[in-house]
This record gives sequence, C-alpha cells and structure tokens, in this order.
Amino acid sequence: MELLAQQLITGIATGGIYACMALAVVMIYQAIHHLNFAQGEMAMFSTFIAWQMLAWGVPYWLVIPLTVALSFVGGVAIERLVIRPLGDAPVLSHIVVFIGLFAIINSLAGFIWDFTIKPFPSPFGEGSQFGGLISNHQIGMIAVTMAVLVMLFLFFQYTRVGLAMRAAAENPASARLVGIRVGWMIALGWGMASAIGAIAGILIAPIVFLEPNMMLSILLYGFAGAVLGGLTSPTGAVFGGFMVGIIENLAGTYIPEIGGELKLPIALFLIVTVLVFKPTGLFGRTVVQRV
Amino acid sequence: MSVNTTTTDGSQAATGSAGSVKAVSLPKPAAASSNAKIMRTAGIVLLIMGLAAPFMAGNFLIFQLTMMLIYGIAILGLNILTGINGQFSLGHGAFYAVGAYTAAIMMDQFGVGYLWTLPVAGIICFIVGFLFGLPALRLEGVYLALATFALAVVTPQLFKLSPFEHWTSGVMGIVISKPEAPFGLPLNPDQWLYFLTLAIGLLAYVCARNLVASRTGRALMAIRDNPIAAGSMGVNTALFKSLAFGVSALYTGVAGALGAIVVQYISPDSFTFTLSVALVVGLVVGGVGWLPGALFGGAFIMFVPNIAEELSKGLSGAVYGAIMILMMYAIPTGLGGLLKAALTALSKRSKTR
Repeated sequence: MELLAQQLITGIATGGIYACMALAVVMIYQAIHHLNFAQGEMAMFSTFIAWQMLAWGVPYWLVIPLTVALSFVGGVAIERLVIRPLGDAPVLSHIVVFIGLFAIINSLAGFIWDFTIKPFPSPFGEGSQFGGLISNHQIGMIAVTMAVLVMLFLFFQYTRVGLAMRAAAENPASARLVGIRVGWMIALGWGMASAIGAIAGILIAPIVFLEPNMMLSILLYGFAGAVLGGLTSPTGAVFGGFMVGIIENLAGTYIPEIGGELKLPIALFLIVTVLVFKPTGLFGRTVVQRV
Repeated sequence: MSVNTTTTDGSQAATGSAGSVKAVSLPKPAAASSNAKIMRTAGIVLLIMGLAAPFMAGNFLIFQLTMMLIYGIAILGLNILTGINGQFSLGHGAFYAVGAYTAAIMMDQFGVGYLWTLPVAGIICFIVGFLFGLPALRLEGVYLALATFALAVVTPQLFKLSPFEHWTSGVMGIVISKPEAPFGLPLNPDQWLYFLTLAIGLLAYVCARNLVASRTGRALMAIRDNPIAAGSMGVNTALFKSLAFGVSALYTGVAGALGAIVVQYISPDSFTFTLSVALVVGLVVGGVGWLPGALFGGAFIMFVPNIAEELSKGLSGAVYGAIMILMMYAIPTGLGGLLKAALTALSKRSKTR
C-alpha cells in the first residue's frame, strides 16, 4: 500500500512536468493548429539561458521572470521571422520547418553550452515533506503547474486579449472583421507557449539535468498528455499530462517485464488505445464536418 | 468532383483540409504530351547516369548512392500513403526497421539467401502495415501523425526486449556479411548491390505508377480528396485506407531489408525516430504526391547532412535545419510542385509562340 502511494505521488510529480509541456503544446495548437516539434527545444534553450544567468550570479527570483520574458520575446520573434513567411503552405511543409527549427536550436545550444550534463538547482530548495514521501521540488512543480493553468484560464476567460485570441483561433475571418489583429494574436500565442515552455524547462531541469537533448522524451510525453486530454482543451492537457506520469510510473513498477526501458512504449501504447476509442482525446471537442 | 481524374497531382490536396472539394483542372492534351516527352527524356537521361555512375565513382560514393536509392524506395512508399491517400505518417522508420530485422534475422539465424529476404520482408511489413492501418482508420491529421510517431518511438525499444534477444541480439545488433556478385559478373560487391537496388527501385517505381493509374489508385486519391464523397460513390474507404498503409509499409520494408544488407549491420539504435523524421523531410522536399520526387528526397536526406557537416563542423545541425527551412520558403510544395509550375509555364509559352 505504501509502495502504491509512493508510486502514485511520484507519478503525479513527474506528471506535473508532462502537464506543463502539454500545456505549452496545446497553447500553440490552439493558435496555429499545428503541432510544434521544436517546442521542447525552445524550452531547453530557455532553460540554458536561465542556467547562464544563474552562473553569472543573478539571484533566482530575478532569473525566472527574466527568462520567461526573454522566452516570450523569442517565441514571438520565431513566429514573426520563421513561421510567418511560410504563409499557408501545406501542413507537411510546416512540419519540415518545425523539424528544421528543432535541428537549429539543438545544434546551437550544443555549440554554445556544449553537450555535457549540467546540474540545475531547484528554485524550491532541497528537502522533502511527509517523511521523505515527496520532495519540496515536486510539490513546487505541481503547485506551479496548477497556478499556470488557473492563470491561463483567467486570462482566456476574463481579459479582452484572451477573448481576442480565442476569437482569432476559432474563426480568423470573422475575428479580422471585428478588428482583431489575427496575425499578432498568433504571435502572442507563440510567445505564451514559449514562456510556458520556459517555466516547464526550469521545473524539469533539476530532475533530468540540463543538456541539449533533455527535452526529447519529455516532449513526447507532453504530446502524449496533450493528445490524451484532447488538443483543444488546456485543462484536458494538464489532466492528460498527470495521467501519463501516473500510468508510466505504475506500469514501470507493477508490470515486471517492463522496467525502465519500456515505460515510454507502454505510455504511448495506452495513448494510442485511448485515441482509437476516443479519437479526439478525453476532453476534446468532436469537430463535425460539413459535406 | 475529382473522382474521375487520373492526374497524380496531390501536393496541394493531400495536405489541405480533407473535407473540401478541390477543383482539379486537367492539363490540355497537347501540353500534357509535350510535358510527358520532357519528363520521359529526363527520366532516360537520369537512368543512363544511374547506370554509368558505379563505374566512375569510388566505393564509398557507390555506397552512398545505394543508400540514396534505398531511402528513395522508402519515401516512395510513404508517398503512396501520404501523397496519394492523404494519410500522414511520422512512423515509417518503424516499417523500415521491421524490414531490416526480418532480413537480418533470416540471414543470421536461418541462413536464408539475401535475395529471398526481400519479398519476405515486404510481405511481413505489408501485414504489419495493414494491421496498423486498421486502428489508424479512426484517426485523422495530427492524431494520426502522433499515433505513427508513437510507433516510430516504440519499435526500436521492442527490438531491445529480452524475450526477443535470442533473435535480435538486443542492443548488440546483428552483423551481416556482404553478398558477392552472382554468375561471375565482373562487379565488386558495392557495385552489385547498387545495381540490385537500382533494379528493385525501378520495379518499385513502375509498380507505384501503375497502382496510381489504376482503379485502386483513383479510389485512393478520391479518399484523399474527399473521403465522404468517395464513400458515397461506393469506394470501400476503410479497406482502401488500410491497404494503402499495407502497400506503403511493404515498400518501406523492402527498403529496410535492402538497407540492412547494404549497411551489413543493424541495431535498434539504427532506427530511432530520426529515421522516420528524415523520411518525412525527404517526402516533402521531393514533392508530396509526385512519385519521382522520392529519388530527389532520398538524395536530399542522404547528402545534405554531409554538406552541412562540411560547411560547419560544430553547427552542422543548425546548417541542415536552415537549409530545410530555406527549401520550404523557396519551394513550399517541394521539387514536384516547382517542376509542375515550371512545366506549366513552359507549355504556356510554347503555345503563345
């Protein structure tokens, strides 16, 4: 029983990482209706910026807002400079551009900060609660994820910009007619996704250590979480992220043949199974097609 | 309704929204025949170059050209699925891996001749692809892309599993010996494998062309352009979509088997999802829905990373990525789209003259 509780909590804690990433994935998906394969690399780059600032001796409470702000600007810049010129090229061309971005950012980070693994301090300090059951960092991670989710909800529900962004995503033509600058709303979506990615990166780095390839499997889990919850629902994405974390941990513990190596395949297998029965995810809206 | 057209134009429609009916304008017969003449000439020139190449190039270049052809075959398979049938796949590396492992295990464990492994790899991949196509029927667009992506990630892990280690040798991989040229042909092994691959590639291309021009091909394209309309006109959508998956996997599996024989070594880490991603890049660069584009796509993913490496050692990934992005700005519909636009412009000019 204690093992189960332990594993559940660990699952929820790692799920927090995936939830963060899934949230960022859904943000961009809402804005542009593409899956951004470079999302993880963008988050990794942001985390390296944070690491660099810490190495220069900037205090932690200043590093986080600075990194988030820089990432926001970076996300907007990528949209304006790289994605915008593509226009309405076919979906697959977009995917190739994302793959290109992935390669560029990964290679650049390796070039600047090299490929050695770097430790990253937790913003919540060391130590643990409830007799070592859960570390401070894990608690902090879950709390931050939930806080980001609530803030996003409030932003989209109660601010004019949030409303404009939803309108631009829902119906670009009509949104333009009522005076919303759809292009900038998309850029804003990229910026926000990039900022959320930065938060996710900073939260993840103390656990998986910092190196240019750290985000690869995490992005996969993030995608998995986003799809599980439904790509159209931020709440669903967070829920999906937590679910993936829990499933992964329980499967790794209770199915003996699986062990460490096969955690990822099991998680992905479950997701494909869910998709087959519920093709738009657990919380997704079904899109009805007009003939 | 584009059900009755025999054009292989899919670069736009395949990637556009599935529900909209596209107006497909058939080229005028005169222009079409002159275009076909240009294409045929270009094809013959390419073939002669392909036949002459191994006698002029060094062994390593021959190896690279062989790999280019192999990737071309794999991309051809992906093109049938994505370009002709309109289903995304980010997981074709998985079928490539299954083909490669089929060939390697048959040769290593059972001592089967390498030529016999190719059809078996094709058949096994057809079955695997068809079976994967069944649940994939429920998925569309991004969701399908993700499900196939999962397949690409999972497959190499499966080959590492201990229950299969007896056959797959786990992470150690399998070493295969290089076949000699048969019948005392005056060719070294590299040249022989090149010609073998070229012959299989040509066969694969001719089959793909005939498939696309057939009744089945028209059904596949009808499903791509408007699945609902295709279904209401009597096309068995589910069957044809699964078949497309199967055929596509067959091509990629044969390519994988050839790849294993040519490289002479396979391990789970040879088939990470980067392989699947590379195949998609090759598909898009060559032109979605344009079958000969597969050759150029294969060349792109084989040679451009090397060029990038030469341009900058430390930043080779960034250079490769930048080349990819610039390609997409310059020719968003791939080489196929560019060529089509050029040929249309050409035939217009010759008509006004």
